[in-house]
Amino acid sequence: MQSKLVNKKHAKPIPFDKLMVYIIFVIVFVFFSILLEPKGFLNITNLLNILRQTAVISIMAVGGTFVMASGQIDLTVGAVAAMSSVFSALVLQKNGSIILSVLAGICFGTFVGLINGLLVTKLRLPAFLATLGVMQLVRGSAMKITDTSAIPIDNDTFTYIFGAGSVGSIPILVFWTMLIYLIGAYIFYKSSFGRHVLATGGNRLSAEYSGIKTEKVLIISFIISGLLAGLGGVLYAGRLSAGRFSYGDGDEMSVIAAVVLGGTAMSGGTGAILGSLVGSLLMGIINNALILANLSSAEQMMIRGAIIVVSVAVSNLTQKIQKAA
Amino acid sequence: MDNYCLKLNKISKSFGVKVLDDIDFALRKGEIHALVGGNGAGKSTLMKIMTGVYSKDSGTIEVNGHEVDIHNVENAQNHGIAMIFQELSLIQTMTISENIFLGREIMKNGFRNTKKMNEETSFILNKMGLDLNPEITVEHLSVGNQQMVEIAKALSKNAKILVLDEPTASLTDNETQKLFEIMHSLKTEGVSMIYISHRMNEIFKIADSVSVLRDGKLVFESIIQETSIEEIILHMLGSTSDVNLLNWQERSYSSDEVMLQVIDLSINDQITNINFDVKKGEILGLAGLMGSGRTEIVETIFGIRKKLNGTVLLNGENLEINCSADAVKAGIALIPEDRRRQGLVLIHTLKDNILLPNIKAYEHNGWINENQAVNATQAKIDEFNIIAKSMFYPINLLSGGNQQKAVIAKWMDINPKVLMLDEPTAGIDIGAKEEIINIVRNYADQGNSVIFISSELSELLAICDRILVLHDGVISENILRKEILKEEELQYAIQVS
Repeated sequence: MQSKLVNKKHAKPIPFDKLMVYIIFVIVFVFFSILLEPKGFLNITNLLNILRQTAVISIMAVGGTFVMASGQIDLTVGAVAAMSSVFSALVLQKNGSIILSVLAGICFGTFVGLINGLLVTKLRLPAFLATLGVMQLVRGSAMKITDTSAIPIDNDTFTYIFGAGSVGSIPILVFWTMLIYLIGAYIFYKSSFGRHVLATGGNRLSAEYSGIKTEKVLIISFIISGLLAGLGGVLYAGRLSAGRFSYGDGDEMSVIAAVVLGGTAMSGGTGAILGSLVGSLLMGIINNALILANLSSAEQMMIRGAIIVVSVAVSNLTQKIQKAA
Repeated sequence: MDNYCLKLNKISKSFGVKVLDDIDFALRKGEIHALVGGNGAGKSTLMKIMTGVYSKDSGTIEVNGHEVDIHNVENAQNHGIAMIFQELSLIQTMTISENIFLGREIMKNGFRNTKKMNEETSFILNKMGLDLNPEITVEHLSVGNQQMVEIAKALSKNAKILVLDEPTASLTDNETQKLFEIMHSLKTEGVSMIYISHRMNEIFKIADSVSVLRDGKLVFESIIQETSIEEIILHMLGSTSDVNLLNWQERSYSSDEVMLQVIDLSINDQITNINFDVKKGEILGLAGLMGSGRTEIVETIFGIRKKLNGTVLLNGENLEINCSADAVKAGIALIPEDRRRQGLVLIHTLKDNILLPNIKAYEHNGWINENQAVNATQAKIDEFNIIAKSMFYPINLLSGGNQQKAVIAKWMDINPKVLMLDEPTAGIDIGAKEEIINIVRNYADQGNSVIFISSELSELLAICDRILVLHDGVISENILRKEILKEEELQYAIQVS
């Protein structure tokens, strides 16, 4: 028989797929710090501004990580955020209760997540198509009930807590982001549910044969994504003092980009919560830098696209090199 | 000079450690040469060097007496060497002829000449004695016929040397017979074949000569008539192990108490009114051909399949099982038939795989206790002698035998009362097989019940207290081990009924 090669030291392979985003982040950050130093890129106000602007994407990316690690995709988050901002604003206008208003936004998101989960599991629709349809349904509804106009919010407490406020000089949205990431990281890394999500995404059949209720896992993942998109909508409403059908347009794409940059595979089975935060911040500093550099919005869009392609390509190449070694 | 079509001289290859050490291997024209060896012995690596998947570190390859360079699969094909893979490489949604001409479609005026390709496909299939319509999509073919198409594809590329890797692993006996007939007729046409298999009986049925690899060295070579199963097994295992594995061992535990009782279980039109029970400490074998309902029955007990009606009792209590989670909760485990697709999450680590069914046990107040999880994993690795670099590496790096031990380890962690194993030793080497059989014996000796499915009758006879023979969804025989004297009797029961 073969001799025993078990290494009691428990050697771990280096997870280059997860580390790549940190390396790219540092390179891009240093690059812009030097290049845009005279434009004030490194100013504290500018950096805090980046954090504030990326907060909603970062928070939704937590949900995106769960959904994508389980092997699915959720395109509804932007539309859900829009509708939730509208609901929050409407409840606030009619009723005045902050709690009810927040609940309305979050519950709507949770409800859409549940619907997405049921469509994907019980009706076996491919997640891409199911959420593509629901996305348009939701944004269309938001347009219809508001007749394309904004619902203004003039409740200072609400706007303070959910967007505009700051504690000392730190924007309150930074605290929201931290809170969601703490909870998200705990569930993802430390609870059995997190392992079930990864197993379902890694090999659904095998997870099923291991006694895991994979349908339940998928539904809950979609619910987490919907709930956080709902929260994202409330935060949009707070930051912009209104609810509007057009908020969060294209956010689903930013979320997917942040999650994939962060080291979560689109095919599922592997994921990194904190990576998604770094991925989201990476896109945030790129956006910010392009504005500081006085580029036209057309140029900004082109460069953003190119940077995403290059980053993901670099990340994939490193993995290939690592595997060949 | 002998009539060799292929000669490998002093082939060495290392991946950090030496995998192949000075291998000399020769294949005569028109012979079927069996290549055997445990997992990790170097068979696949040697074949991959021959077929251009890997490059060798040193040594030379001669085809028909001329030294050749093989750097990639295309080189190998140009020299007439083709490999029939264990995992079939056909595209399921394309037709037979589209698959056969994939990548070298016959064109006419810039369009694919479907008619011509279908004709040529029919010609090859007919030559092989297969009556298949070239326009059937591959997904509608049985596994056996897919294998034939794979061979046809190789022949259509003028392959003169075929490497068949465990071709019969997923074939029924009839399909195996058919494959052997085709191999015979190919032989008379001067095609040479290297036949990799763990099934000794088949090797003696089909091969002309045999080579044994062990730990990267060629340790034995012989004309088939001049050797025996015992001799080959001896060389595969080396000097230390004994060959008693497949002998019946008296069981130490016996009880009349019924653990699991299946009453009037119906699964589909074919599998109806199944009745049987398993006692405490008993190992019950399920024998039968593929498609006889063996897998369906255990999967239904495990909740993966829905039953039409019938009841399952555990310790006299009615079990309401609607999904696999219910079965796990009741203490029933299933080692599924396809370890790579159903048993494991290949991209995940050994640790994550072992802990998967029972991860909740390591969760306290919502937190997984990492230390406890690592220790439990290490304990399982030690207990089942799983050979791995580290528990934190992906499980797809492990050999088949070690992967299978990991699947068993993951289920032992829930301490099941009933363990069901579906072909647990398929495609794994004899050393790991022995370990798995011993694990199952020990487990039953602790008063637990086992349902053991296997196509290898010698294995069933070695381990089971009682054997049920299934035939087209019906239990046709219920035989105590003691009543069976020879493997042939069981074989007869399975084939005829």
